[in-house]
Amino acid sequence: MRPLTPPARNPYWRFLLAGFRGQSAYPLATLAGLVANATFGVLKGSIMGAAVESSGGELAGYTAGSMAAFVWLGQGLLGSVNLWGGSDLQTRIKSGDVAVDFLRPVSVQASHVLTDVGKGLFGLLPRGLPSVLIGVAIGGMVLPSDPSAYALGLISLLLGIAVSHACIYAVGTSGFWLVESRGVAVFYLSFSGLFAGLYTPIYLFPDWLLTLALLTPFPSMMQLPVDVLSGQVTGVAAWQHLGVQALWLAIVLAVGHLSTRAGRRRLEVQGG
Amino acid sequence: MAEALRAYRAVVASRARSQASHRASFRMDLVGALLVGIIEFGEIWVLYSATDQIGGFTLAQIMLVFGLSDLAFSLADLVAGHCDNLPLYVRAGTLDVFFLRPQPVLAQLVTSDLSLRRIGRCLVGATSLTVGLVLNDIEWTAGAVGLVVLALVCGFVIFTAQFVTAAGLQFFLVNGAEMTNAFVYGGRYAATQPTSVWPRSLLVVFGAVFPVAFAAFLPVSTLLGVPGVAGLPVWLGWCAPVAAVWAVVVAGLSWRWGLRHYRGAGG
Repeated sequence: MRPLTPPARNPYWRFLLAGFRGQSAYPLATLAGLVANATFGVLKGSIMGAAVESSGGELAGYTAGSMAAFVWLGQGLLGSVNLWGGSDLQTRIKSGDVAVDFLRPVSVQASHVLTDVGKGLFGLLPRGLPSVLIGVAIGGMVLPSDPSAYALGLISLLLGIAVSHACIYAVGTSGFWLVESRGVAVFYLSFSGLFAGLYTPIYLFPDWLLTLALLTPFPSMMQLPVDVLSGQVTGVAAWQHLGVQALWLAIVLAVGHLSTRAGRRRLEVQGG
Repeated sequence: MAEALRAYRAVVASRARSQASHRASFRMDLVGALLVGIIEFGEIWVLYSATDQIGGFTLAQIMLVFGLSDLAFSLADLVAGHCDNLPLYVRAGTLDVFFLRPQPVLAQLVTSDLSLRRIGRCLVGATSLTVGLVLNDIEWTAGAVGLVVLALVCGFVIFTAQFVTAAGLQFFLVNGAEMTNAFVYGGRYAATQPTSVWPRSLLVVFGAVFPVAFAAFLPVSTLLGVPGVAGLPVWLGWCAPVAAVWAVVVAGLSWRWGLRHYRGAGG
């Protein structure tokens, strides 16, 4: 038997690792997710490809190859970001389990967000990479030739995953006031996909809708990382993307922090 | 049959009473379902507004397709959508109770949970269909009316069969429940697309195996006289009942096969 590892000096690293490892325990679920993901990808790829073709080979700056990259990178990211609005925190507030979280000598926000980011990072292996491989093999996806696209892209990807889970946490804290926050999750779910660029690139939107989308953190979760990673955006513009993402990360983390502090005083756990 | 229908009516009525008693929550669920539907239409609107047409279909024409398929899917979801809960019942052992009662297991599953909030979703499809019927230049013969009604009924049957097929497969998948999303929810997405943009693989999967192309797109292309699939006749949309029968046969086989495979959760 392996000796028990001593308590880590930094428990937060453990949360990240636990989230990562927890996901690897369900290989069939992961395969199932990939099948569903790939089916949607082929459907989305064919309609978006046809849209580019009917616009004469170029649509809002996308060619057939870069549109395929948009589709398949987006599909690959789906397992790593949370666009459906529900969270562990939400369930634990409703059941009262969150009281236990507050007793632990670690930050509630950091432990939840880091566990989810760990899960998200794991999702890149069984979902992200295969999606990209499928995209290249059958989707006609073009990979960027510039190595800096990959370097900046990975940072952007990490920021995107972090923004998504930090945002979900902040949304989940609404449960301190509402208890049943399912309505908030449904509201989140309806806008997140559209504004994150899950269905079409947000650059296809009419101006007013694009402005509206850019005023939310959603593009930072998917559209911006996909832009950078696919090499659609390079140089100064890519750095600008990273800056916008970092700004949103700071904002959603701050909101989550403040609402946890305020909500903690509101928390009333029923039963015994 | 009359006996079964009376039981179903009693379940629906009790569900309606219980769900309407939490008024605020029910209203919010209705609004939520409506919002999700509107945004989904928004995506189609964005895409078809950014281009003139896709696969030979304009925004007005695709509104017909979206309306028809979304309405049919929402109705099927209302009646059979909770078949998705089967893995939960299997894991919790609730399903074993179903076997003890003197009613078919599928009938009990279908009446187990009826979410009336899904009605909100039907409104979006119905509106899009109505607007589509007004915007497009359709010659209103008896045949045209018949085709729209036929498509709606067959679409409903096809999507309901899809839910049951998925439920049958769940007995094998359990933890891999998401796999069936590929053709249930993927099928809903596919049904809103022009089949003319599909590669051959998608034509086989969503035109033949899970025949959602017959739920809306092919009947609409027949109605408008626009060929749906290159090389196939325009009247293909009239074959929707054949597709519906096929979907029901597949669902029946899948459900029986799954049920026979089930050995209990041992609880």
